[in-house]
Amino acid sequence: MKARPALLIDATALPVWVLSVIGLAAACLPAFLRIAPNRLLSGEALNPHAWLLAGGWLAVVVCSFVAVPAARRALVALAWAGVVGFPLLAGLDARDVLTHASPFTRVQLGAGFWLGWLAAALLLLDRLRGMRRAWQAGTWIAALAAIVVASMTGAFDGLSLVREWQAQRAPFAAALSEHLRLAAATLVLALACGAPLGWWVWRTGRANGALVGALAFLQTVPSLALFALLIAPFAWLAHAWPALGALGFGGTGAAPAIFALLLYALLPVVRYTVAGLDAVPDDAREAARGLGMSRAQLLWSVQLPLGWPVLLAGVRIVAVQTIGLAAVAALIGAGGLGRFVFLGIGQGAMDMVLLGTLAIIVLALAVDLLFQGLLALTEHRA
Amino acid sequence: MIEFDHVHKRFGGHVVIDDLSLRIGSGEFFVLVGPSGSGKSTLLRTVNRLVPIDAGQVRIDGEDVATRDVEILRRGIGYAIQSVGLFPHRTVAENIATVPRLLHWPEHEIRARTTELLALLRLDEPGMEARYPHTLSGGQQQRVGVARALAARPRIVLMDEPFGALDPLTRESLQASLKAIQRDTGTTILFVTHDMDEAFGLGDRVGLMLDGGLVQVGSPLELLHAPADDRVRDFVGGARARLRELAIRTVGDNMRRGEHADGDPVDAAASLQDALAAMLAQGRDRLPVQAHDERVGAIVLADLVSRRA
Repeated sequence: MKARPALLIDATALPVWVLSVIGLAAACLPAFLRIAPNRLLSGEALNPHAWLLAGGWLAVVVCSFVAVPAARRALVALAWAGVVGFPLLAGLDARDVLTHASPFTRVQLGAGFWLGWLAAALLLLDRLRGMRRAWQAGTWIAALAAIVVASMTGAFDGLSLVREWQAQRAPFAAALSEHLRLAAATLVLALACGAPLGWWVWRTGRANGALVGALAFLQTVPSLALFALLIAPFAWLAHAWPALGALGFGGTGAAPAIFALLLYALLPVVRYTVAGLDAVPDDAREAARGLGMSRAQLLWSVQLPLGWPVLLAGVRIVAVQTIGLAAVAALIGAGGLGRFVFLGIGQGAMDMVLLGTLAIIVLALAVDLLFQGLLALTEHRA
Repeated sequence: MIEFDHVHKRFGGHVVIDDLSLRIGSGEFFVLVGPSGSGKSTLLRTVNRLVPIDAGQVRIDGEDVATRDVEILRRGIGYAIQSVGLFPHRTVAENIATVPRLLHWPEHEIRARTTELLALLRLDEPGMEARYPHTLSGGQQQRVGVARALAARPRIVLMDEPFGALDPLTRESLQASLKAIQRDTGTTILFVTHDMDEAFGLGDRVGLMLDGGLVQVGSPLELLHAPADDRVRDFVGGARARLRELAIRTVGDNMRRGEHADGDPVDAAASLQDALAAMLAQGRDRLPVQAHDERVGAIVLADLVSRRA
């Protein structure tokens, strides 16, 4: 072969093609937006930008076939434009539609929007892989900043999701704080019970099978069933000890919810505690004992600092899992963002469902990022 | 002074230490030598109670170690092991300062002691104290390990094959450092190894352990000249024992004083093995001996070969 062919198929381009096909399909769907006469009815489909979107995705496909650095940068730029552009486009359309419509009219985001936006975000994620962390973070922060700035100028005010939020601001804030409190209480309790339990399992080595087996079995119980199963015993407890009842303890509410979430959180905490303790080199432990460290000193100044990154990785998983599971806790009256989901389903108001769901997803992602940051900090120090 | 008084230890049904008694004097460098599984490491670890004994007594300066608070006991005894066991998240200086910190020494004293130890163990290149263990060579790591063991000026130091994983050159250099430090400080050292040369090179006395018991205890020359039985004879090297002996004895003690010889002189403090190597290198059967840059006599090959030397 004399020269490199101009068109070279990049082996890493497969995800780009898959996402482009999804994006193209989304562009062809009739419902980029739905115009509904009010918040409870579903509306008629509207897709004013089919050609623009399809053109964008075709440009992505073309770029993926050209093996020059400029094309790679163009791909990142296209993906970024998609992540920011989809909501902007929808917001502008909504504003147009509403200028000559009744005040009850709602402009909902359609399947075409969600699918296309998701594909653009995944494309950006894929194309940023392998780049320097600062670049990755910078790109995402820039996208987020663009959307936040746009939202402050009222670019999204026409969308029914935003209208729903504006109408429910106070209950939303209350639900968000309930959700965070449920998750935080669960996390603290899970660490307070799980870490010592993990240490004990690690030290004795005996109870490992039975305890981990029991906790693993608990994980297989569907969350809804577990919440329901706890109602009777907790109601009985509150009845038997009125003092507990006075503290808000009962068959429904936060207490059984936190207990159930705790049961789910224990397995990962115990497992990762054991893994963290195993990560401490045997010879360092032997030397620490031989030099006269007490068990507490060994734990505090050798085992904890060396096992910390592993334990933190476990806490990250538990935190994200708990935020997701806490949505179901709304069913037994514990409140939280799940309330929006279930109330919305009950009323047939999909915007409300979406509001709750999106908030939970964003919360989980934010917590995940927070722990990743913490983890990066500790690893940097070590 | 360390005393083992009828010490028994078994792991499950297996007897590891079988009614062993031994007395190690203050300031003595005592080496326990023996094959793997002979119980020598276990015996060493009974002193700082990392291994509890089933019967008998281990005493330090007449006091039964079992009656002492175990952490206070251990902080008073230096401890170095083959795998070193430095704390990977702590710097060299922090590792060395482990026991002084546990003993709540004042900060300036800890700093002074750390600097002193870095110099003593030839770790005084700039920036060493702030480095992390994974950036050090194996030899440097073990130097830090030894410094950590010596940090709080313990009167007793236990060393469990500390140089076993090092290359021969690094090992010899560390052996020399350790021997010099021990001579200067009068520390009692109980040292475990399976390497006969190391045992004879370091030990004032050597105890040969086989199957949980001491077969023979004595100076290196006693073990070489008068092995208690065939097992000792085999272990000290059989026919090669004479070569080992050359490594222990010095030129100064075996030369012909006042006699003259031609060739490059050997030092009176050198071992007979060094002298033999010099003879082979120079192709001569007698060499002049010097002490403090002065000719004091001659060393003769025939004396090395006949048992006169």
